[in-house]
Amino acid sequence: MRHVLSLLLENEAGALSRVSGLFSARGYNIESLTVAATEDASMSRMTILTTGSDEVIEQITKQLNKLIDVVKVIDVSEAPHIERELMLIKVHAVGKDREEVKRLSDIFRGRIIDVTDSSYVIELTGTQEKLDSFIGAIDAGLILETVRSGVCGLGRGDRVLKI
Amino acid sequence: MVLTGAEIVVRCLQEEKVEYVFGYPGGSVLFLYDELFKQDKIRHVLVRHEQAAVHAADGYARTTNNVGVAMVTSGPGATNAVTGIATANMDSIPLVVISGQVPTGAIGLDAFQEVDMVGITRPCVKHNFLVKDVRDIAATLKKAFYIARTGRPGPVVVDIPKDVTAQRCEYEYPKSIHMRSYNPVTKGHTGQIRKAVQLLLEAQRPMIYAGGGVVLGNAAEKLTKLARLLGYPCTNTLMGLGGFPASDKQFVGMVGMHGTYEANMGMHYSDVLLAVGARFDDRVVGNTEHFMQESRKIIHVDIDPSSISKRVRVDVPIVGDLGEVLDEMISQLEASKERPNAEGLAAWWRQIDEWRRRDSLGYKNSDEVIKPQYVVQKLWEVTGGDAFVATDVGQHQMWSAQYYRFDKPRRWVTSGGLGTMGFGLPAAMGVQLAHPGSPVACITGEGSIQMCIQELSTCKQYRLPIKILSLNNRYLGMVRQWQELFHGNRYSESYMDSLPDFAKLADAYGHVGLQITKPSDVEGAIREAFKRKNDLVFLDFRVEQTENVYPMIQGGKGLNEMILSAEGL
Ligand SMILES: Cc1ncc(C[n+]2csc(CCOP(=O)(O)OP(=O)(O)O)c2C)c(N)n1
Repeated sequence: MRHVLSLLLENEAGALSRVSGLFSARGYNIESLTVAATEDASMSRMTILTTGSDEVIEQITKQLNKLIDVVKVIDVSEAPHIERELMLIKVHAVGKDREEVKRLSDIFRGRIIDVTDSSYVIELTGTQEKLDSFIGAIDAGLILETVRSGVCGLGRGDRVLKI
Repeated sequence: MVLTGAEIVVRCLQEEKVEYVFGYPGGSVLFLYDELFKQDKIRHVLVRHEQAAVHAADGYARTTNNVGVAMVTSGPGATNAVTGIATANMDSIPLVVISGQVPTGAIGLDAFQEVDMVGITRPCVKHNFLVKDVRDIAATLKKAFYIARTGRPGPVVVDIPKDVTAQRCEYEYPKSIHMRSYNPVTKGHTGQIRKAVQLLLEAQRPMIYAGGGVVLGNAAEKLTKLARLLGYPCTNTLMGLGGFPASDKQFVGMVGMHGTYEANMGMHYSDVLLAVGARFDDRVVGNTEHFMQESRKIIHVDIDPSSISKRVRVDVPIVGDLGEVLDEMISQLEASKERPNAEGLAAWWRQIDEWRRRDSLGYKNSDEVIKPQYVVQKLWEVTGGDAFVATDVGQHQMWSAQYYRFDKPRRWVTSGGLGTMGFGLPAAMGVQLAHPGSPVACITGEGSIQMCIQELSTCKQYRLPIKILSLNNRYLGMVRQWQELFHGNRYSESYMDSLPDFAKLADAYGHVGLQITKPSDVEGAIREAFKRKNDLVFLDFRVEQTENVYPMIQGGKGLNEMILSAEGL
């Protein structure tokens, strides 16, 4: 099962490596991991997209909580929540492809943020699925490079991760 | 008051009432050693290898309930300490290890004797710190001691660059500490405890399974009280020995790979299992799938939530300090009018006694050749079961666990989790320093002892009258046993050739050494050794070469599939 875990951690040197080290040492999956400071500069918020059985996710949560730098852990995906990911994708765009790529980008509510004679850079935000289907929709031969931020997410409504 | 970083470190250690620092000097810790030199509250013990410094601090911690402290220099000093740190981590032993580091400006530049100590130790510590600012030293050390000793204890590394120990700042030791990210739970959930007590009262075939947490959590007395109140059988893990008195008739011996028949069968066929400070590890419950085929209810009390339902699903998890939880169980039980089902319990005890009659620890003694089990038995008799016993790793460790019957906690010092050969002698040094005048034995093998044999020199310097009992079988016995059983008797590299004359070696270090070859001399030699109150005595017992440790559960097998003796193969 796919889970989105959200962590608050002390903004200390090495905190990130403690988390990533835990995942590799114990053989847990990381599909994506994002981290940045929060409105409180002493804390970072990390989002980890992982997969595993209920038992594995329970162990991951416990092991994360055991790390001294981790302040709080929640499984965002266990209740209604919002997920977003950012993708920048550079595509080859000449001749008739220019129009076609632009049209496709519009359909997916992408924005073209860099233009040259032969290429576009498109910015696209959405769920992982949406980004995947954009990549699926565009002619694979046109893609020059892609970069994705990894998933971040938070709970809907009153559910808040804060201390 | 304004102090240098090095002065602050020493002040902090004094504030923490540190008696001993086990260590080894070097370039990065020169300022620290200079401060140690200028004071006389803390005694520094100069080991002969940094691994031994950490093991000695560990032995000290295991037998005192204090945090052990070690100090090493950067680079090779730090890496030499890693085995000791990992050993303590696997057994949840509270340590603070202070390592020197190259000056802050040199970090990351491949400086002389630079290693990323925080990176290297990250997976084998409870926590670690790199202190980059002299103003952080006091608060960091305060945190280090707090983290090491609270919750599930463990080693904490504090890496301090050389320049930081020379800089100055205003010093004040923090009185209290609050960490928003670290608040171990101590009080168990009352509702869960009630459920547990109810389950225990309804049990037909109950078993209490107590691990090292009982010893570390200072909960042995409470566990004993609860067990006696219920009248249920109790087993200990290797780490838990002494957590319940071995001479009590409710004690069914050690559980696990080399546990007794009655303990393993009792665990396997129990209908309610109370696990206290134990973690169902692979040397206890080899094959969890096999274990779960029998249906039973499991109550698991532990300070560490991640130990619960890690290998085996449990029905009633209780997170908390064992002492507090056991206290509450006891008072609920005392308040309850219900009592365990006497008839069911009597039938269960009849079954257990039947298993006991198999006498799974029985062995054939000999007049010709010394049986290793016999040496441990005699040690137990001669010391009245009251010695501190440190071991190395191998067959001798298992025989020690089986035949030295501990009635008290914190007497048994062994590397259970990591299984570190070389642990025994340095650990015994820490124990002897913590308990001057008390009998301390180190049971070892001729393989293991050579991994830290240099510490005989430390023992001389600090006059540590440890009794070393080497069960010398001229084999890496445990390896040989597995090769015999599982690798067609191909004894690949497990014969110990070219052994030194250990008696002479001990003599060369300034100690007393004896070689014992006849069974009839065993008891006399042990008596003689303990009579020599001020001498380290090295007893080199030439034991049966190919004796195996039984009973045994092969890897992957279930608890009820034991091999009781060579005939059972
Ligand atoms: C540092 C280390 N290296 C290797 C091992 C693997 N090992 C486990 S037991 C053992 C043999 C120990 O031999 P000895 O100390 O002579 O004890 P015996 O088994 O003969 O009693 C070995 C090599 C270990 N546990 N620790």
